Amino acid sequence: MIEALNKKLMRDLWRIKGQMLAIILVMACGISTFIMSFGVIDSLKLSQDVYYDRYQFADVFAQLQRAPQGIKQQVMDIPGVSAVEMRVVFGVTIQVDGMDEPATGKLISLPDGRTPLLNNLYLRRGRMLYPDEDGAILSSEAFADAHGFALGDRISMVINGHRQALKIVGIVLSPEYVYSLGPGALFPDDKRFGTFWMSQRSLEAAVDMDGAFNDISIRMDRGGNQENIKQELDIILKPYGGLISYGRDEQMSNWFVQNEMDQLRVMGYFAPVIFLCVAAFLVNVVMTRQVATQREQIGMLKAVGYTNGEISLHYLKMVLMVVVVGSILGVGTGVWLGAGMTNMYTQFFHFPILQFSFSAEVMIFSVLFCTVSAVIGTLTAIRAAAKLPPAEAMRPESPTHFRRTFLERMGLEKYFSHLFRIVIRHVERRPVRTLFSTVGIGLSMSILIFAFFMEDSINYMLEVQFDMAQREDISLGFVEPRSINALEEIRLLPGVLKVEPVRSVAVFLKFGHYAKRSSIMGLAPEPDLHRILDRDLRAARIPEQGLALSSKLAEVLHVKKGDILTVEVLEDRRPTLKIRVAEIVEEFIGLSAFMNIDQLNQHLNEGAVITGAFVMVDPLWNGPLFQKIKDIPAIASMNILKKAREIFRDIIGENILKMVAMNIIFASLISFGVIYNTARIALSERGRELASLRVLGLTRGEVAYILFGEMTIIILMAIPVGLGIGYLMVLGMAQSMDTELFRIPVIVDKDTYGLSVIIVIVSSVLSFYLVWRQVENIDLVSAQKGVE
Amino acid sequence: MSENNGVNGNITFRTEGLTKDYVTGETVVQALRGVTLEIPKGDMVVLLGPSGSGKSTFLNIIGGLDSPTSGEVYFKKDKLSDYSEQQLTRFRRHNVGFVFQSYNLVPSLTAYENVALVTDIALDPIPPMEALKAVNLENRARHFPSQLSGGEQQRVAIARALAKRPEVLLCDEPTGALDSETGIVVLKALQEVNKNYGTTTIIITHNAAIADMADRVIYFGDGQVVDVKVNKNPVGPEEISW
Ligand SMILES: Nc1ncnc2c1ncn2[C@@H]1O[C@H](COP(=O)(O)OP(=O)(O)OP(=O)(O)O)[C@@H](O)[C@H]1O
Ligand SMILES: [Mg+2]
Repeated sequence: MIEALNKKLMRDLWRIKGQMLAIILVMACGISTFIMSFGVIDSLKLSQDVYYDRYQFADVFAQLQRAPQGIKQQVMDIPGVSAVEMRVVFGVTIQVDGMDEPATGKLISLPDGRTPLLNNLYLRRGRMLYPDEDGAILSSEAFADAHGFALGDRISMVINGHRQALKIVGIVLSPEYVYSLGPGALFPDDKRFGTFWMSQRSLEAAVDMDGAFNDISIRMDRGGNQENIKQELDIILKPYGGLISYGRDEQMSNWFVQNEMDQLRVMGYFAPVIFLCVAAFLVNVVMTRQVATQREQIGMLKAVGYTNGEISLHYLKMVLMVVVVGSILGVGTGVWLGAGMTNMYTQFFHFPILQFSFSAEVMIFSVLFCTVSAVIGTLTAIRAAAKLPPAEAMRPESPTHFRRTFLERMGLEKYFSHLFRIVIRHVERRPVRTLFSTVGIGLSMSILIFAFFMEDSINYMLEVQFDMAQREDISLGFVEPRSINALEEIRLLPGVLKVEPVRSVAVFLKFGHYAKRSSIMGLAPEPDLHRILDRDLRAARIPEQGLALSSKLAEVLHVKKGDILTVEVLEDRRPTLKIRVAEIVEEFIGLSAFMNIDQLNQHLNEGAVITGAFVMVDPLWNGPLFQKIKDIPAIASMNILKKAREIFRDIIGENILKMVAMNIIFASLISFGVIYNTARIALSERGRELASLRVLGLTRGEVAYILFGEMTIIILMAIPVGLGIGYLMVLGMAQSMDTELFRIPVIVDKDTYGLSVIIVIVSSVLSFYLVWRQVENIDLVSAQKGVE
Repeated sequence: MSENNGVNGNITFRTEGLTKDYVTGETVVQALRGVTLEIPKGDMVVLLGPSGSGKSTFLNIIGGLDSPTSGEVYFKKDKLSDYSEQQLTRFRRHNVGFVFQSYNLVPSLTAYENVALVTDIALDPIPPMEALKAVNLENRARHFPSQLSGGEQQRVAIARALAKRPEVLLCDEPTGALDSETGIVVLKALQEVNKNYGTTTIIITHNAAIADMADRVIYFGDGQVVDVKVNKNPVGPEEISW
């Protein structure tokens, strides 16, 4: 209907296309990060739900020493239990040709002649096992792919001291191992840890577990009470060396996936809200200016009978066009980024299918949020104009009221040149806008700090972990506790420079009504390889009496130095001990408790035993040493710390780099958007004034000084603001990442601050350049007439 | 002069004791101080008076652009001074055509589109092209305001005002910026509209000679009506001596 008005709309839009483009880009950043994060969460959730549901992921899990299969009925009788599956799970070492160091694996029994009721396998390639099939296994896809194993290839494993070459007949995935972490490993390493499935009968025979099991999973009825089931299960399993049972929330793989989604959710709200608020602010600034320049046109439109509604709608449409373009761009980019991120997750999470998808709600919500924030930004800009009576609106605005600024009133006047006075009076004249511009630029900088911080702190965490705490080259784990004499045998292996004992025991720690499953690590009194660090990250002595708890574990249990913990040992005779907390130590990874090894052995009433060793190796001897270790059946696991660090660098480092790159792009867009728009508006507001000054004989440089002086002051104010907000964001992030597995230390390098400032300055210079080109083109005649 | 209380169907505007004060800071400007007037239907009325005498203020108030400080304005039988903001908008939209002193064209729209801006929302408009023809501008329809001379812009403004077939046409110094020849063209256009459609037309001017073409001349002075003259034999604009 209102065609002429729509034409005006398009032409006006075109005239301020640069500013609108800047807004579109900021909006697109907001929408795309939102769609990316929530799309990825949705995709993970969907894959997970479908997978868990179709492949009967269990609800309750427990490990035990050994129990006869006959107790099954007892477990079935627990109220709320609908299905039970009992398995044999056994650690193995694997020899892979061409790899010096041994890999470890988990061999899991599969019932013969029927499909498992719980934790069923997804067959990727090949076939399932035949009943009672000997010499054949199914391999986890990740391990097979990491080594390029094909169907029919044989894998050489040491099972219970016997070497066997087993044929891979199928490649599978399991809902229990979506995320799979080897024993003692910090990061997933598909080359050095794999999961395998074998006929139950064959496995029972191989590990002397005929008619017995050591792993149980349970599915609950709909109305089942998990706490209840766990308690009763623990009672039944206790005589059989049962460890405390746990639900999905503590199941390693599920916990990781869940944790990842939780973190994405925090990020998913955080960034888009910032982007869209900045967009709303820019919309407001641009529209306020637009309305101001068109004040007389608005008066005329009202005079000829356009309603306030129609006029507001006219300006709203202008913004809505921007929202539409920003949304399309944002959704497109979001899908692209989301697909990339999902693809990255396929490296860590092994789902049968993990494809990026996003729900209509996610899209609608983000677009709606964007629209609403933009509409609010517009309406506040139009409100004043809509209120004005038409007769008044048609009169040009009276000259703005200026006054001496605060600084001048302070008596600093005599130090200011006339040009500088013009500059600071403008800064002071619109305090709200100055404030918002400052915050807007500050926010973009804080995003940069935040991005770099992730890199800094992860590097720092690795440094602390590997250079200060876990300084051993390799850590060995035995199949079962051995006499301390084993240490001497290890010392004699080729290339071994130094050995330290460790006695690790699984425990259940209790304090009041807080409880946590953990393990106590018994260490030499003054360990040199595997050290513990105090709060100041200095090597600490192992207390002679009592426990040293990691700060996170102390926090989880709500204990402080001097409290007495109840320690339920989950091994052998399973004594319950009372041990005092002697020290709180710092640890960024894991939830550990440490103790003097001799004292621990005393508490356990065992002789001098160890469960593993930390070893320092002459790197020249790596090959022969690893070869030797592969042949020692008593060694169940071996972690090469340097490899772990490399893997972390490769996989996580690369992904973090991508995220940092993305954040840099986004932050640059924001700072560019804010700075360009503010400078452009300043030009538009003062075009006439600047042209007059040029007519009076000022040089272009002097005019630019006035125009960019204001911006420069705002940017200078924004830098401390950005540093402050950035630091707060970092604290917030560290807080949200403070999980039981990882703590992110709040470490911000000087470089991070420097780089952030540099990027903001670069985008300022670019904005200035673009606006400068327009200053050069100021037409002195038409500027005098006030035609923009 | 006003006993009929607006019942007389031949009266378009009637004001009674109209005042308008502008308050700026400490000072109060009394732009209108009690204007009582009647403007009959179909008349061509000219408002004369010195600068600052309140002519524009008066025109803005009867056109529904501004509201009086006190006093009453009637448009036919309706009390305009009691109108709500919405009713005023509707009144302007359907009944009034304005020609502003400063043209007030939208710079981003062509002459044609500027006229269409008004016909888009009118009930029974003249097609924009015809309105432009009425002011002899059909061949400049596709030009933007910046490509038109002042007189041409003013004529576009007139085309825009008359295109909605308003009942009243209010013009604030429509020839103020024009040379005499162009002025005549503009005035002729206004007179034709007045004659052909019976549009009540009120024109503010500083050119006393223009008064010769009016049915009625109202003299303003210091916010009041000083004199009203009825012209029995109005002349055509071409006969006016500038
Ligand atoms: N918005 C305003 N604020 C303050 N005073 C005003 C305002 N508008 C008009 N005035 C004052 O009201 C008085 C009448 O103004 P008005 O514009 O009606 O005069 P006019 O007769 O149209 O004059 P001119 O012939 O110069 O256009 C003047 O003294 C003017 O200064
Ligand atoms: Mg006037």
